[in-house]
Amino acid sequence: MISAIANPRLRRRKLVSAAFRVLCAATAFVVVGILFALIFDLMLDGLPWLDIQFLSSFPSRFPELAGIKSALFGSLWLIGLTALFAVPIGVLAAIYMEEYAPQNRLTRLIELNIANLAGVPSIVYGLLGLALFVRFFALERSILAGALTMSLLVLPVIIIAAWEAIRAVPTSLREAAYGLGATRWQVVQSHVLPMAMPGILTGIILSLSRAIGETAPLIVMGALTYVAFVPEGPMDEFTTLPIQIFNWTANPQEAFQDLAAAGILVLLGILLVTNSIALAIRYWSTK
Amino acid sequence: MLRSSTSFATQRNRLLESTFGWLLFFCAAISVLTTVAVILILATETFRFFQSVSPFAFLFGTEWSPLIAPKHYGVLPLISGTLLVVVGASLVAVPLGLASAIYLSEYAAPRTRQIIKPILEVMAGIPTVVFGYFALTTVTPLLRQVFPELPIFNAASAAIVVGIMILPMVATLCDDALRSVPNPLRHAAYALGATPFEVTSRVVLPAALSGVFTSFVLAISRATGETMIVTMAAGAMPNLTFNPLESIQTMTAYIVQVSLGDASAGGITYQTLFALASILFLITFCLNLLAQRIMHQMREVYR
Repeated sequence: MISAIANPRLRRRKLVSAAFRVLCAATAFVVVGILFALIFDLMLDGLPWLDIQFLSSFPSRFPELAGIKSALFGSLWLIGLTALFAVPIGVLAAIYMEEYAPQNRLTRLIELNIANLAGVPSIVYGLLGLALFVRFFALERSILAGALTMSLLVLPVIIIAAWEAIRAVPTSLREAAYGLGATRWQVVQSHVLPMAMPGILTGIILSLSRAIGETAPLIVMGALTYVAFVPEGPMDEFTTLPIQIFNWTANPQEAFQDLAAAGILVLLGILLVTNSIALAIRYWSTK
Repeated sequence: MLRSSTSFATQRNRLLESTFGWLLFFCAAISVLTTVAVILILATETFRFFQSVSPFAFLFGTEWSPLIAPKHYGVLPLISGTLLVVVGASLVAVPLGLASAIYLSEYAAPRTRQIIKPILEVMAGIPTVVFGYFALTTVTPLLRQVFPELPIFNAASAAIVVGIMILPMVATLCDDALRSVPNPLRHAAYALGATPFEVTSRVVLPAALSGVFTSFVLAISRATGETMIVTMAAGAMPNLTFNPLESIQTMTAYIVQVSLGDASAGGITYQTLFALASILFLITFCLNLLAQRIMHQMREVYR
């Protein structure tokens, strides 16, 4: 009788298997470790600069006087306006695709188109905004032009997220409402939307979070200017937090790179809050 | 009397219904209009660009210097720069992402999984400007300890960090693909006496191959269009080279470089942006289409 342990071939196979397992586990932990290394590195550089003065000052040539006030307000304006444009259009488009659209080639085309738009590099949207909003509609480098560009950028993402939430509403619910004689819109607004709302909200928050960190399209539109004032209307020039971070990182002086780290900590803090809200809504709605 | 009021209500409802229908259709149509606008704008400006520079000189020229005389408009150095970053990023993201996914789906305890999955989601949500900072201030100095001759702006650092950026995407999508392989397949292989490595490499991975490839293609598409990391770390030197230890420039980084000046002034420099964006758009469009094709095939296999 051949003992399994004594069989050298089997032993080798088991050894390979064990080594592979260790390799995969090590890789996964290294990947996770990268995130912690990144955050640790940022805190080391940025934390000493992070104070009230940093949050409430305008950018400056002197690192100890510089802050992110105009960038914070610029980001706030930009995301506010983007949400104003993109959220209603995105949700209504999703409702159309799931509840209203007939099964035909046009619908298929729109669906394909939305999926492909979500994969277009953000810098291409920047050039679209430059040609269409900045130049053709002569909105200059205003918050409005930036928000319109960002709206086109996040629209496919919002549509896809809202669509998934609406699709998850059970069909039996719709059929019951139709059976009672409700019209399509009545079914949507009294049954489908309330049921899908948590999912839609989560999707919207996650999509807008992505817009908060976007840099390239705004730079391409020419938003990289020195802005030492708080914007007062949609036609004002603006800067945003990621743009300010980019600006400081590009500065060869080391103090400015530490300022960039402090700015990144604020940006990541904001994203942590928005993502937590989204996750909390998801958690609370599935309970 | 009662009847007439009912029919009035129905009529009003019907009117509302069709109004809403059209409003909703219009919202969905905006996405199509966006595509039309992108294609129209890219095509017009590229066409104008080709009136001053021949498409042949653009596509096969080996020198790119539109900002300094003598001006050359050969796109190959920018293509090689982009390729260098994409290949380097894939070399980082594909093995690390796949191995992490295999760990998550085949080995990790449910609790470990519940911790690592959200961490990957957090990583996927980090803005690219943050990764750019990481490349310039952490990865480049580390690399320079190994290669003292390395310039501050180099392809290697950018490629590694772009790889880290697309890693969570590869890991998450591969994990989904691996987990969608039905368990009876695994049990059958174990019953025949296979080791866990053999089950993973000869049964699970082949069965999930289309999903795994889809994730690679989507990640490559993301890396091609990535802008901030390459702008901040790879430099602004159009350089026809495949040496990652040199300064290079990608197509996206050139677009940013011009935008930092005065791009809206118009003229041929303005047009170069759109000619490059056309190439980017075509590449990513083809890659995304390819990804959809592969994914579609996977669905049919499982039916």
